[in-house]
Order: sequence, then structure tokens, then C-alpha cells
Amino acid sequence: MKVDHALRALDGILRREMLRSLRQRARLFSAMVRPLVWLAIFAAGFRSVLGLSITPPYQTYVLYEVYVVPGLAAMMLLFHAMASSLAMVYDREMGSMRLLLTAPLPRWYLLAARLLASVIVGLPLVYLFLFVSRFWDVRPPILGYVAVFPALVLSGLMLGAFGLLVSSMSTQMENFAGVMNFVIFPMFFASTALYPIWRLAEAGPVLATIAAWNPFSSAVELIRFALYLRFDMVSMLVVVACLVAFFLAAVAGYDPGRGLWSRRGGEG
Amino acid sequence: MNALAVENLSHNFGTRQVLQNVSFTVAEGRMCILLGRNGAGKTTLFSLVTGLYYARTGLVRVFDMAMQANPSAALAQMGVVFQLPTLDLDLTAGENLRYHAALHGLPMELSKARSREELSRLEVLDRIDDRTRALSGGQRRRVEIARALMHRPRLLLLDEPTTGLDVPGRRALEQHVRDLCRERGIAVLWATHFLEEVAADDDVVVLDRGRVCWTGLADRIVPELGVGSVAEAFALLTGSP
Repeated sequence: MKVDHALRALDGILRREMLRSLRQRARLFSAMVRPLVWLAIFAAGFRSVLGLSITPPYQTYVLYEVYVVPGLAAMMLLFHAMASSLAMVYDREMGSMRLLLTAPLPRWYLLAARLLASVIVGLPLVYLFLFVSRFWDVRPPILGYVAVFPALVLSGLMLGAFGLLVSSMSTQMENFAGVMNFVIFPMFFASTALYPIWRLAEAGPVLATIAAWNPFSSAVELIRFALYLRFDMVSMLVVVACLVAFFLAAVAGYDPGRGLWSRRGGEG
Repeated sequence: MNALAVENLSHNFGTRQVLQNVSFTVAEGRMCILLGRNGAGKTTLFSLVTGLYYARTGLVRVFDMAMQANPSAALAQMGVVFQLPTLDLDLTAGENLRYHAALHGLPMELSKARSREELSRLEVLDRIDDRTRALSGGQRRRVEIARALMHRPRLLLLDEPTTGLDVPGRRALEQHVRDLCRERGIAVLWATHFLEEVAADDDVVVLDRGRVCWTGLADRIVPELGVGSVAEAFALLTGSP
């Protein structure tokens, strides 16, 4: 693999993702509105119900809006990853995936490039949301917006790799709807995105254990800590380990020799 | 040298065998028609030749490079037009071509120049800035062929490229590809079930239920089988009425 060829291909994949994303205005709009609805309505309602004690990285009592914003940022990454994964399934059904996979580059590289491009395209919206949430008095230190960048990239890559794995296993879009219900929603709700772990523990130790082991919680905490200029080593290790594991499994899934794809046939 | 050599290729999906010991070659600069009814295994063959599926049994060589051992080198020599349309409908014709060029490592300037050149050759240059969603079926197909030629492949594979086109559209597309084959010396593998797309001096491979049942020069098929027409020959070979 030549470096200049590889970079040009990455550039091409990135441009395509950007153009597609900019031209799908409705999706862009709903991706922005979704977390704001959560923040403006859900968080406002929960504010009175849910008292929060001092939980790291916060050093004082915080309002529920403050607690929930990093979780909602992670939710944006999760939904973006799933939309991107759905686009992969769609591309495969519609055939344009073939174009990517018959490019004269190693398949792992093509998948990694697509993953990276998708995360880069998703980040501006997350930042926009973080800035808009200042109107709800969610005001982390300014440097936090810088520190959160690597946390968002890593989390985005990990969730994107998970989406890639899901797309490699699901051959039809109907299956994908099932994935949304049985994987995405539980992943989001059984995490520390909406409630701290001690709150979940009050509801039931099993739920708290699931949330503690849920890699999405690690992504949320990595983002939360980074936004308040703290570094959560354990969460970072979990996110990186999951990223590597999901990506390797996805590459195996797309492998023409081993993957489910070539054994099932059906799409030609 | 052969542009494409397929040797003893077999493939199955689960217990269903879709290709059995398929062998044939496409010579450099020649037009080869892969003739077979729907379900004969043409598309699976294309998927194996382009590396979308891994060929577990048998060999695929592109200009003497083994697809299994060095897929990137083999793919760099190949232009492919798939049976399903693979254009990105949200992108313009030009953007689709430049995306493909980037995947093949072409620098931007060259990619811009070539996209104009190829679209002009296929008479769709006036649609370069239109989203492909707005193009007709025939125009989309031409854009796809232009795209497959961006990296100047020496072997062009087309899987039922005329499906869904009207008769004049089919003829025009076929003529474009024949011109390419003649003028640029590109080897072409053209899969179809339309017998009228076969010309007398084409090489023909007849595929039926996953097996090759006849190969040779098109104008030899009628005398060799002792029938009255290509259609009769095809019916005889594939056991169809």
C-alpha cells in the first residue's frame, strides 16, 4: 500500500461522507434537535425528581442538565454511528459498497478510512450541541472543550466500530431495525448517560452492574471527565480495548473469505 | 497474455453449489460475452473475480496476477460495472467519478481532467454537475462506465449492463463499449442474457447452472452445434425452450 494512494483514498472517502451528510439536511437537523429535546424537556422534568449528590468529576452539587449533557453528547455519537452503520447496510443493499470494497487497497484500511471519515463528519454537530447547551447553564471550563476533543474522537471511533460490526452481521435492513431496539436503546438507557451509577444501584444491583460493564458508560465517563479537565484512565482503556476488539471483529465480518457475507450470498 | 484467466473456479452458498469448475480466459484486447440465463451464476462469478467473495476453490488471474494472492494489484487493472447500479445518488456525476478516482489513488487535478474526458467520450459531459438521481437509466449506466474507466483499466467487466434500458439505449451502450475495446485495446467481459448483444467475432462463454457449457468464437457456435441460429444454439446448450 502506497502512502500517497492511501491518503488520497482517505481524502476521497472523507469528501464523500461530508457531501452526503450536508445534502441530507433532514438527518442533520434531527441529529441536532434530538439532544436538545432531551435537554430542554426530559432534563427539565427530571431536574425536580432527581437529586444528584457530588459525583466525580463534579466538585459541587450540579443540576441535572449539567450531569446529562456529556451523556447526550455520547448519545449523539451513538446515533451518528448507528446512522452511519445503517448507511453501510444501505450501501450494501444498493450495491455502492462494492465500489469501496473493490478499490485496490486492503479492506481493513478501507473500513478504517470509512470509520474515521464518519467520526470526523459527526463531530461538528456535537460541538455545536455543547456550545448551545451553555444556554442551559451548562458551562464547563473553556479548556474543557479542547480536552474533550480526543475523548469524543475515541468514543466516536469505538461506537462507530461497533456500528461497523453490526452492519457486517446484518444483511438486511429489517434486521437492522431489530438491532436498534435490542442493542442501541438498552445500550443507552443502561448506562451512566442519564443517571449516575449509584442511582442505578438504588434501583437494582443488576442494572448497576450492567451499566458499569457497558462500554457506552465508559465513553460517557471519558467525555464527562475530559469536559471538566479530568482524565479517566479506566474509561479510556475500556474505550480503546473495545475499539480494537469491535474493529477487528468487523474486519473479519467483511473479510471475503471468512465473513458471513460471502457464505450467504443473496445480494449477488 | 490473457487479461483474465479463470481456472477451475467453484463456489457454494451453504450446500447450494452455484459454480462448478468454471474455466475460461479473456484475451487481451478482446470482447468476451458471458452468456447465461438469470441464475446461471454470472453475478457470483463477477463477485469472485472482483474479490468481493474469496475464491476458495480455483484460481482467478488478472494479467497473470493471482487475485487471491495480490487482490490490490489485480483490482488496479480492472474496471467494473456491477449489475446493480452503484452510483451515489446524492452526489453529482463528477463527484461520483472523483470519489472512484480517489479510491484508485489518482491526484485531484488528473481526476478532474479525466472525469471530463470520460464523460465527454460517453456523451454525458453536460450532466457532470447534476446529481445522478436526476439522470435517466441510460445516462446513469454511461456515467458508471465512465467511472470504471477513470483509472485506465486494461480489463473491463460489465455485469448485465443493459438491464432496464430500452432497445436504442442498449445498442448505444453496446456500441460505446465495442469502440472502447477497439480503440484502447481494453479486454471486455460482458455478461448478458440478451443474445442480440453477441457479435460474430466476439469470444463467447456460455454458462448454465454454474457450469461452462461452451466456449469459442461466436460465429463457430452455429456450425459446431449444427443448428440454425445462435438462439437455437443457446436453447440447445441451456436446455431451455
